[in-house]
Amino acid sequence: MKFLRNYLDKIKPNFEKGGKLELFRSVFDGFETFLFVPGKTSKSGVHIHDAVDSKRIMTFVIIALIPALLFGMYNVGYQHYLAIGQSPGFPDTFLFGFLAVLPIVAVSYITGLGIEFIVAQWKGHEIQEGFLVSGMLIPMIVPVDTPLWMIAIATAFAVIFAKEVFGGTGYNIWNVALITRAFLFFAYPSKMSGDQVFVRTDSTFGIGSGQVVDAFSGATPLGQIAAATTDPVQITDVLGNPLTLWDLFLGLIPGSIGETSKLAILIGAVFLLITGVAAWKTMLSVFLGGFITALIFNAIGTTPGMLIKPCEHILLGGFAFGAVFMATDPVTSARTETGKYIFGFLVGLFAVVIRVLNPGYPEGMMLAILLMNSFAPLIDFYVVEANIRKRLKRSVVKSNDGGKRDE
Amino acid sequence: MCQVIKISKGLDIRLKGKPENVIFESAKSDYYTVFPDDFPGFSPKISVKQGDRVLAGTPVLYDKNHPDVKIVSPISGEVVSVNRGEKRKLLNIVIASDKDIEYQDFGKTDRQQFTAEAVKRQLCEAGIFPYIRQRPYGYGADPSDSPRDIFISGIYSSPLAPSVDLILKDQDADFQTGLDVLAQLTSGKVYLGLLSGCDIPALKNAENVEKIYFEGPHPVGNVGVQINHVKPVNKAEIVWTVDPADVLFIGRLFNKGIADFTRLVALSGSEIKKTGYCKMLPGGSIDGLVKNNVAEGKILRYISGNVLTGTKIEGEGSLHAFDNQITVIPEGTETNEFLGWADPGFNKFSNSRTFLSGFIDKLLKREYVLDARIKGGKRAMILSNEYNKVFPMDILPEFLLKAIIAFDIDKMENLGIYEVIPEDFALCEFVDTSKIELQSIVRKGLDLLYNEMK
Repeated sequence: MKFLRNYLDKIKPNFEKGGKLELFRSVFDGFETFLFVPGKTSKSGVHIHDAVDSKRIMTFVIIALIPALLFGMYNVGYQHYLAIGQSPGFPDTFLFGFLAVLPIVAVSYITGLGIEFIVAQWKGHEIQEGFLVSGMLIPMIVPVDTPLWMIAIATAFAVIFAKEVFGGTGYNIWNVALITRAFLFFAYPSKMSGDQVFVRTDSTFGIGSGQVVDAFSGATPLGQIAAATTDPVQITDVLGNPLTLWDLFLGLIPGSIGETSKLAILIGAVFLLITGVAAWKTMLSVFLGGFITALIFNAIGTTPGMLIKPCEHILLGGFAFGAVFMATDPVTSARTETGKYIFGFLVGLFAVVIRVLNPGYPEGMMLAILLMNSFAPLIDFYVVEANIRKRLKRSVVKSNDGGKRDE
Repeated sequence: MCQVIKISKGLDIRLKGKPENVIFESAKSDYYTVFPDDFPGFSPKISVKQGDRVLAGTPVLYDKNHPDVKIVSPISGEVVSVNRGEKRKLLNIVIASDKDIEYQDFGKTDRQQFTAEAVKRQLCEAGIFPYIRQRPYGYGADPSDSPRDIFISGIYSSPLAPSVDLILKDQDADFQTGLDVLAQLTSGKVYLGLLSGCDIPALKNAENVEKIYFEGPHPVGNVGVQINHVKPVNKAEIVWTVDPADVLFIGRLFNKGIADFTRLVALSGSEIKKTGYCKMLPGGSIDGLVKNNVAEGKILRYISGNVLTGTKIEGEGSLHAFDNQITVIPEGTETNEFLGWADPGFNKFSNSRTFLSGFIDKLLKREYVLDARIKGGKRAMILSNEYNKVFPMDILPEFLLKAIIAFDIDKMENLGIYEVIPEDFALCEFVDTSKIELQSIVRKGLDLLYNEMK
């Protein structure tokens, strides 16, 4: 590595102020700190620092996303070959999904990081690694057939208007990945829901061409429930075979790319909790909120939506994915410990309420998290207010005491 | 025995280079330096000039705002230079030391006949008063105040902390006199914080104080934490705090009639070959102590004080006024860590659980060599609940810090600004993923607030 270090040191002056490549300072800086831990030492303040930095935290979230992403790729292939009535074996199935998903990942990263580099250069600060996570989340929460240009536009919109205008990573109010999805959802509704977008029926790069089988229907389980007229709803796979809870857990069902397998999400969740990167308080309360709300609907329910069992709610759609990876975003979630319970619970509650009561939106998780992102500062405000009241009260009690002693 | 206050939040940073229980010959230095910056809130006015002869106890500086408060020379000798920086800011005064110290005589006095006012006057005259600090603001105490209570933490819990036992050894009488004097200065109580099960004679047998027992990790020894648990500071209240080693100065003044600032200083840190203790005077050069006693072939960082709150000095630099410790660690600028974010981290110290070392250390309590690198770029506050874990006070650190940054005075007051000083945020700054200089934010906030409330 000495060679690489020497090389970087040699070319570094070009990127500094007045150098030939000054315009790419932020890019160089980004790569340099990516390769080597910065050697800068503290001038004042504490003399030693914890080994952790935000790069490592973001890396860990990405590691936690990998099982779900890989499974998502496989599932894209699996659903495709199911739809065209072939079963070409694991390698080909995965390859199909890999080729279908990779361009989305690439577009999301290139657009988002491009903007990050430009803004960092413009403002003269370091590249902030927040988008490394957002850029990975975006492909995982969109249907596989979303056109790439839409992803590029939505990503650019979210990064600029939901993050950079607020000051960059750490200052945003709403989860950037969810803003991307919300933009797609409201700007191009036909490409974000329905039964045409969640399963790729065409070939990808010439692989996997074939005729769609007659029995095929690409509706997601949640889409089926929203459209259901019979009671109780029978959820089926793309060929019309009934799905069990176990199928929903394993995730070989149509849905957004990364959200289908609860098993893969569970692996990610365990990783995040062991390493302490995500707050268990938020995660747990989202599930509790959803579960309890579903129970209440069950008790008073009349429509098929109201009668979905709590377990099904949690296993359906993006509920688990949102709870584990999006609601726990430290920047946009509540930042007080008590606040996290309230925030999480309400996310779960609203996700189920939106799903059940609004047939226009089969999936409520995105809107629930964005809604609660907006209210997170309010929740924190009241939690902080409680601490303030305690301090004021203490002050008053003390002065009364003092008065008595003087008498 | 009374109840023990258990502190669960905090972090013991296990560093290599704990000071061994050996006492070296005292280090004499030819020159001594007085740094006005060691005393926050002190606006220095100089009362000597180059070439003046001073005794140990002769005032060299006084405070513009409280002319009674003086800083005195720790030794006898001749003022050789007065150094100023930008805008003629006074940086330090250097005094060449005599071979044998000649003390100014303040008269052995029976303090019992003294009123509180007279005691204060005596402490001011002998230059010991600036060693009494106050909350709020963490400034030197104002002799015209009458503090609600006085707090002394008999626990040193910071990384590589010196032993309170050694520092107070054989000086029980001076320590007790110091406590008695302090008790005269407040209408409230003098609280002495002790580690539960403490058997340091000077502390255990201390009288005229209210003993409070604590246990837990650092910052259990921070007096701010102890105040917060015992009797928090409210708006418009003032408490004073004194370090146990500085209580000895007070005791010596009243027992012997001299201003004797001799203190036992620990020589610690991973880069020190032979650790131990040594008697020193504030302002003395550390040159004699560290020469030939540090690792060679490395860039080193010399710190007067501990690794969290100490001051960066040079290898031939001086001991600063409040410090009981010299720490030497590697600077670390020459290390190149490749792909640090992906390192499994078998031997990296972190309070987060993102390194394997944390899990290994559950079984083996290993000691670490940490260098002075920041190990990351500065970011906005991203993670929540990070500061809370090492901040054992009934205060929301993140929200208080944000109020300070925004300089929202009402909010700062409401969130407890009067209870904290920068050192309380040192551990937060250590664990911070976003690498923000929290102590300096708090210091600047307190200074601004003070000017605003004046």
